[in-house]
Amino acid sequence: AATATEEERASKPFKVAIIGSGPGGFYTAHRILKHVPQATVDMYEAMPVPHGLVRFGVAPDHPEVKNVMHTFDEVARNPNFTFIGNTSVGTYVTPGASKAQLEVSDLRPHYDAILLAYGAHEDRLLGVSNEQTLKGVMAARSFVGFYNGLPSEQDLEIDLSQSETAVVIGQGNVALDVARILLTPLEELKKTDLTDKMIRILEKSRIKHVYVIGRRGPLEVAFTAKELREMLQLPNTTFHMDQQLLASEMERAGKSLERPRKRLMGLLEKGIKESKPDQPKSWSLLFLRSPMGFTGKDDNNNSGHLAAIDLGINRLEGDDSNRKAVSTGEKESLECGLAFRSIGYKSVGIHGVPFDERKGVVPNIDGKVMDADQNLVPGLYAAGWLKRGPIGVIATTMADAYQTGDTMISDWTSGRPMLNNSSKDKQGSKPVLDLLHARGHRTVSYQDWQKIEQKEFELGAKSGKPREKFLTVEEMLKVLD
Amino acid sequence: YSKRGRPAPGQGFQVNFVMQDGEEISVQAHEGESLLDVAWANDIDIEGACEASLACSTCHVILDPESYSKLEEATDEENDMLDLAFGLSDTSRLGCQVLMNKSLDDLTAKELALEAMLESRLELISARLCT
Ligand SMILES: Cc1cc2nc3c(=O)[nH]c(=O)nc-3n(C[C@H](O)[C@H](O)[C@H](O)COP(=O)(O)OP(=O)(O)OC[C@H]3O[C@@H](n4cnc5c(N)ncnc54)[C@H](O)[C@@H]3O)c2cc1C
Ligand code: FES
Repeated sequence: AATATEEERASKPFKVAIIGSGPGGFYTAHRILKHVPQATVDMYEAMPVPHGLVRFGVAPDHPEVKNVMHTFDEVARNPNFTFIGNTSVGTYVTPGASKAQLEVSDLRPHYDAILLAYGAHEDRLLGVSNEQTLKGVMAARSFVGFYNGLPSEQDLEIDLSQSETAVVIGQGNVALDVARILLTPLEELKKTDLTDKMIRILEKSRIKHVYVIGRRGPLEVAFTAKELREMLQLPNTTFHMDQQLLASEMERAGKSLERPRKRLMGLLEKGIKESKPDQPKSWSLLFLRSPMGFTGKDDNNNSGHLAAIDLGINRLEGDDSNRKAVSTGEKESLECGLAFRSIGYKSVGIHGVPFDERKGVVPNIDGKVMDADQNLVPGLYAAGWLKRGPIGVIATTMADAYQTGDTMISDWTSGRPMLNNSSKDKQGSKPVLDLLHARGHRTVSYQDWQKIEQKEFELGAKSGKPREKFLTVEEMLKVLD
Repeated sequence: YSKRGRPAPGQGFQVNFVMQDGEEISVQAHEGESLLDVAWANDIDIEGACEASLACSTCHVILDPESYSKLEEATDEENDMLDLAFGLSDTSRLGCQVLMNKSLDDLTAKELALEAMLESRLELISARLCT
């Protein structure tokens, strides 16, 4: 039942809090500010720096993708928008999680709506032996965070000089990002915003071959054509894959393939045909393999350095739409000194908000949050990877953020219940900032961030890079002293 | 483009945009402009998240078959990004890559009436979420 008239709503400021400053948060803010002129949007971000995975995920050699930051800057220039960086909201429900600066309950009294857009910050485990103990086995997520300057990953131990072979488990775009960073000529990477720290590690790299491994077949790969094409264009690099498997799978699928899949398979065929043999480096797509465990250099020492990955060999069963990998019982072992598990990101619940553990999302209909009993929760919304699961490019995230934005706008303008309807004058960030500052907590505004960014531009210019990122929160904040 | 103003009716290429709600907007385009430029110069809301650098697919438009056939074929790189567009159709193109000259040299401005339909992106997303 509507609890406010449309006229009441039209004259009242719509007070929105957003948790998270990635594409999910920013595109929703964009939509709301555009269509509800009297809205004010306060964006809370755990890091002192905004933009989420656009800064800490998207590969350094994809600067075009990062152009979306210009739109985010434009949103931030709106006088009704406030960025509150260095401020986490909602302690994660994982045991031992550190306490957030604010809880959702601290925001509730001051807003009409809260948008959850805090992304997917954990990685999935394979659940096989030694994956968390051996040196050299790591999450692609950690490695990506490391080379993109994510402060929490800067202690990661990465040694690329131990072995010539690296394995990436998973066949999505993140897996290809990792493989590409390992195989791209360093001169190229030096022109990007790849951190100096990573460049120094790559200088010592002996990696020559990268296996990109998947459980199923070529028709089931998750990477897309652009990323594959880049891999096939790597200089001095041979490409291998099982040509017969590709041919038989394509024949089986026949005409049923949709255009994107068909083009992708065509690109693989072309890659095989045009691959130059005997290059100094190579990469392979390896199919029908499931990781069974990792072995260390010293047989009895499971905490030493990685020496090999044990793989179970599969065959494919089931119809086209639902091909399943079934073990053949055969096994093989592949020598490697590095292994990255790239089987997906994972969202985690925060206190005070519904969360679907099984699906790893905040349950919602078109962005409006539902509780465990399937009731819509007034005033709570979700966008981005937290809403949909950790898949999809920025364009996908944008479209679904607009959908959530439209849901919020329509709920507001048609007078549907929001957070604490009875309270008349909500003040948004002011009381929240007062609370934080009274506790001595330092918040970061968008102007502050732009000072940090300016410094990064200056540091980068010295070595011909678009920017040199600060690697610790302390260094970021020091710019503001 | 805003500096040199917009072409007067009949002076440029004519482009008809069909909006998601069915509304039609006819505008004039300069030679050399991309469909995305034309849209933006006329306050027509097409996204262009990567700023025409072929890295996003948010500028996806569906053309009328006739106009589509008059254009040069899309490059591999454009097709790579198109493959990620929602509601990809046989006459889909990326708005930032369709230029109002090049392939259209032999056509007089009046003969070209490009119809660009904006993709119905959101409906498709929700349809997909329901499954
Ligand atoms: C390695 C990698 C490479 C990618 N490359 C591309 C690419 O080339 N092209 C492309 O189109 N897409 C790419 N993507 C996909 C794209 O990054 C995602 O679609 C998009 O970032 C998802 O947006 P989001 O807002 O849901 O999450 P995020 O971008 O993760 O943003 C979430 C934000 O919330 C913040 N946060 C987390 N917890 C809290 C809290 N408790 N309180 C406050 N703030 C919090 C985080 O710090 C972060 O800033 C890539 C993704 C990855 C992982
Ligand atoms: S604007 Fe990104 S591909 Fe056209």
